[in-house]
Amino acid sequence: MNATLLFVQALNGLQFGILLFLIAAGLTLVFGVMDFINLAHGVQYMVGAYLGATLAAWTGSFWLGLLLTLPATLGFGLLLEFLVFRHFYDRDHLSQVLATFGVILFLNEGVRVVFGTAPLQMPMPELLSGGVTVMDGLLYPTYRIAILAVGLATAGLLWFLVERTRAGMLVRAGASNAPMVSALGVDIRRLFMLVFGFGAMLAGFAGALATPILSVEPGMGDTPLILAFVVIVIGGIGSIRGAFLGALLVGLVETLGRGLMPDLMRLVMDPSAARQTGAALASMLVYIVMAAILTFRPAGLFPARR
Amino acid sequence: MRWRETAVPLAIFLALAAAPFLGFGQGHSLTLLARAMIFGMAAISLSLIVGGAGLISLGHAAMLGVGAYAVVVLDHARITEAWMVIPIAIAASAAFAAVTGAIAIRTSGVHFIMITLAFGQMAFFATSSLAIYGGDDGYTLYSRTELFGSRALEGRLFFHFTCLALLILCWGLVQALLLSRFGRVLRAISENETRARAVGFEPYRYRLVAYAIAGAIGGLAGVLLANGTEFVAPAYLTWQRSGDLLFMVILGGTAGPHGALMGALAFILIEEWLAHLTEHWRLIFGPLLILCVYFLRGGIAGLPRRG
Repeated sequence: MNATLLFVQALNGLQFGILLFLIAAGLTLVFGVMDFINLAHGVQYMVGAYLGATLAAWTGSFWLGLLLTLPATLGFGLLLEFLVFRHFYDRDHLSQVLATFGVILFLNEGVRVVFGTAPLQMPMPELLSGGVTVMDGLLYPTYRIAILAVGLATAGLLWFLVERTRAGMLVRAGASNAPMVSALGVDIRRLFMLVFGFGAMLAGFAGALATPILSVEPGMGDTPLILAFVVIVIGGIGSIRGAFLGALLVGLVETLGRGLMPDLMRLVMDPSAARQTGAALASMLVYIVMAAILTFRPAGLFPARR
Repeated sequence: MRWRETAVPLAIFLALAAAPFLGFGQGHSLTLLARAMIFGMAAISLSLIVGGAGLISLGHAAMLGVGAYAVVVLDHARITEAWMVIPIAIAASAAFAAVTGAIAIRTSGVHFIMITLAFGQMAFFATSSLAIYGGDDGYTLYSRTELFGSRALEGRLFFHFTCLALLILCWGLVQALLLSRFGRVLRAISENETRARAVGFEPYRYRLVAYAIAGAIGGLAGVLLANGTEFVAPAYLTWQRSGDLLFMVILGGTAGPHGALMGALAFILIEEWLAHLTEHWRLIFGPLLILCVYFLRGGIAGLPRRG
């Protein structure tokens, strides 16, 4: 592995991390504010991808599809909140885990019924289908750079919303003491609903954004969901900043690990064994990193102030 | 209510023992019953963590997976004697539980759920990348585990009663553990950790021991699972499987191992029934799960009390 390849892998890792952040941000907000553990957050990412693909096919434009995905996933999140989630806010985490698990079963199967099991392939939008020369003789896909840029912009916007607006202030207040916010006259149920819908929209946006580079298939949200959990555990539950840095760390570790591990192993064993152990170690690496971080900081790297 | 904790399981065990002679002796029915008993064992072990220690694990399928893969590794090395396979598999899953538990139990609440989930995924990916044992495609066993060199476990009826005997053993063990001093301390810790600490009990140690015991029983269930299907694949370790196990425990009720037992049997029967109705049975199963969690707060075991 040479420096160029390493650079490309690092870019891929950052871009994956950004997508993870969009998912993890909603998850950590919902948990931080409502103390609600939502396993179904991953299927909201999947629904976003399917809606994005469908809307793009309907309108004939990727961009219009992406834009329409925002209200569509927001509406979908609010519908789920109304039908299922709001009935479990007062229940223990165990009930929440199982109820949202039921939502996953239903939606994964529902998508299978509506769209079939075969993965959908989305064409790359014309405008961004080329590559950008980032280094001598190295062409990096424009679309992936666009994801990086859009993700960073969203992260900035989110930071602004949470830290600098009235709604964000209420969200932060809700995270540290929800009953008190409610006692001060804020309709906490409506705040919950808004945070929930917003989180669903972010996850759906990430899903739609990823359609041209990932295959859209039933169950596609399960792996990102678990990685998003790792992200918020590493970053500290309820903390947006923690989610951002955690997501970049997980994205880099996951991507670089897959690229580097087999080569590293080759230093100490023969090639075929190295490929196997390397692959096995690479897929476990994120979890090993998480375990190591938790051993020293059980509350995560950037625990939210309580 | 104490009588029900023993009367209900005894009735279930009797029914399971009689089932092969009451028209359920066909291949398919026996396979289904064996599956129900194996998951019954797994759910009982999980109930020790959930009901006993008050910790919600979303990675319990990994315990079964480690047990099943121990069978695979030994089978690959042509070791199929039960007196070798079973202790090694139990030791492996207990060790896996002890190591992952040592980290996970440092946390509690939601952190614990997510960390057990992450460790479960880690085990899943690790088995998927084991190319010599079939990787993603899984591994077909050369033969079932042998008992003193005999192929007794190949007999359907013998396997049925082996599962039943081990199920009773596990239920008795967990029940005895929960009634013992150890179990009472465990419950005291989950009810009020601060108070238990003040009285002088170190929660960490008790929880870790409970977690490792649950892992060991889960490993035993994994051995039976591998033997029942004569096939092991990473699909056994998916996190959805862990979710299923957790649902079995909640469906039955967390009051004790009898709840988990009822939950597992009900789960397998509902699953079988729905799968007969439609290929897309999860469309019904998902909402059913949500409704069960919403309405059945005490699980099946707590039902008559509400009436």
